[in-house]
Amino acid sequence: MDGIDIIKDKCVGCKACFVACPYGAIEFVEKKAVITDKCTLCGACKESCRFSAIVSEMDYRQGSDLSRYEGMWVFAEQRYGKLKPVSLELLGKARELAARLNAKVTSVLFGYNIGFLARDLIAYGADQVLMMDEEWLGDFNDRIYGELITNLVKEHKPEIVLVGATSKGRSLAPYISSSLKTGLTADCTGLSIDDEGLLVQTRPAFGGNLMAEIVCPHNRPQMATVRPKVFKPLEPDYEKRGIITRIQKEPIEGLVKLIRNIDNAEGQSLTDAEIIVSVGRGIGSAANIRLAGELADALGGVLASSRPLVDMGWMPYSRQVGQTGKTVAPRIYIACGISGAIQHLAGLADIDTIIAINQDPEAPIFKVANYGIVADVKEFLPLLTEKIKQAKKA
Amino acid sequence: MKIIVCIKQVPGTNEVKTDPVTNTIIRENIPAILNPFDAYAIEEAVRIKERRGAFIYGISMGIPAAREVLREALALGIDKGILMTDRKFAGADTLATAYTLSKGIERIGDFDLIICGRQATDGDTAQVGPSLARTLNITCATDISRIIEIKNKEMHCLKITDDGYEEILVKLPALITVVKEINMPRLPSIKGMKLARRAEIDIVRFDDIKADENRTGLKGSPTRVRKVFVPVHQVETSMIEGTLEEKAQKLSELLLSMGMEVK
Repeated sequence: MDGIDIIKDKCVGCKACFVACPYGAIEFVEKKAVITDKCTLCGACKESCRFSAIVSEMDYRQGSDLSRYEGMWVFAEQRYGKLKPVSLELLGKARELAARLNAKVTSVLFGYNIGFLARDLIAYGADQVLMMDEEWLGDFNDRIYGELITNLVKEHKPEIVLVGATSKGRSLAPYISSSLKTGLTADCTGLSIDDEGLLVQTRPAFGGNLMAEIVCPHNRPQMATVRPKVFKPLEPDYEKRGIITRIQKEPIEGLVKLIRNIDNAEGQSLTDAEIIVSVGRGIGSAANIRLAGELADALGGVLASSRPLVDMGWMPYSRQVGQTGKTVAPRIYIACGISGAIQHLAGLADIDTIIAINQDPEAPIFKVANYGIVADVKEFLPLLTEKIKQAKKA
Repeated sequence: MKIIVCIKQVPGTNEVKTDPVTNTIIRENIPAILNPFDAYAIEEAVRIKERRGAFIYGISMGIPAAREVLREALALGIDKGILMTDRKFAGADTLATAYTLSKGIERIGDFDLIICGRQATDGDTAQVGPSLARTLNITCATDISRIIEIKNKEMHCLKITDDGYEEILVKLPALITVVKEINMPRLPSIKGMKLARRAEIDIVRFDDIKADENRTGLKGSPTRVRKVFVPVHQVETSMIEGTLEEKAQKLSELLLSMGMEVK
């Protein structure tokens, strides 16, 4: 087989590779590991082997002059002149990682009439801001922004580039990484620097049921998109000094033209919400959804739903939490009449407190909930909303 | 119109069972299925074909068994299935996958539109679509929830974002990724299934494409999986007990106490 081979003499049959293989592609014949057709060459087995019995072709690479690359870059995403929280979270994390690498943190800021944001980026951790403030950059466009950042990366050679895993970030980052033919890890929930100075990127796979640590050993920059709300931003320090560099480039033509934004009502973004009240099939009827809506209003939260309600047309798709919908990371998630299928749980990221209300004491949602209440949501929700309203008045 | 749909075969479930004693992964024979998001991509291509006429290619990179998902796509209304399969393609990350698919697509020749599902449910990266568009140097628009009109080499669409929707004009040729809101996929017809069973699937191997060996498969993949592990979710669930009234009272107090901490 091409790619991965077992050196039979070195294999002691310890089965560490069997445990490490996420694809079930290793079998044991006469107490020696054998790689089967299921192998995807992911390399997890090689890392697990303590006897150097697994070899692969992966040990090649252009690795010529990686040391010329230095510094950490964070893409500063803004909309209507407001920075996305994830950009500030990434600056904080970048500071911590940069300290280990003895490197500087640079933030890249594009837009129109956004110059005032550069101070914020420095206060939140950037040493330097590379800024383009142009009318033709007013609307985000992955091709235009991507082309500009690609050229800046070629010029400045950062070692690491981090982008928030927002809807925009997730189309921008692959443009840049593909242009540069470097690696990109999607939707990371953990970042660290290993002893060799490599960026170790941790991300969920298989709907969050498996975690993978991914590295990009031989290409630069090392790139990752990072899930919002995983890291905490630093306390801003407006005394901190930094360099703001204004850049000018020739305008680039985009291939997608924005006609208009159709925004959700203010404070209705699921991805930014602090409190989410989510409804499932247990709510019984489309008319009853208002009971959860009233609780959300009383708590200053946002209403969401599980997949069946969207499929039945009771809730819009934009409100769906789960693997085929949105991934959310509120502080408090209240699951009302949601059984907690694995596909739904895949949409729950780093949530401080999950509260589950369900009639069925055996519902899987109770296994992941911090607090559980066995009750019929149709009866329970109006009572709860009333109690909260009373307490607020008091 | 010539449309290409990218299709992936994925495991039928994401459930990862672990042995409670050794904390190792228990594997059973998990059936492989058509990536759920790709069903929306196929359906949208077929709807365009029904409205204005089109020839639809379905292309997949994977193991020989991925033929089955191409047959499913044929039963649903695509016209030609292409499977790129070769040991030299194995171990590909998103960059190498996009490169390999781009070579398979170049072999098809001119096209107007590539449709991909938003993401595959095994890797969940949502990177191959945009990366493929970049590699082919064509327009890219992700998370499309509605195609309003296709006219004069331009496509008028709605795109779902974190903040709502964007109404956009997309210059063709383009690659779009679609979300489930875009349509309700049909079930295959009996006639379609019969046709699909007999249909010939084109097999494309490394030697059939003009590709750089250093850019496909594991060799062409800058990223490496260093370790995989099952996350430990040790949650202590406190059940709130009492009458309905008492439960509501306790939870309301709990919620308000948590609210106080922040504001």
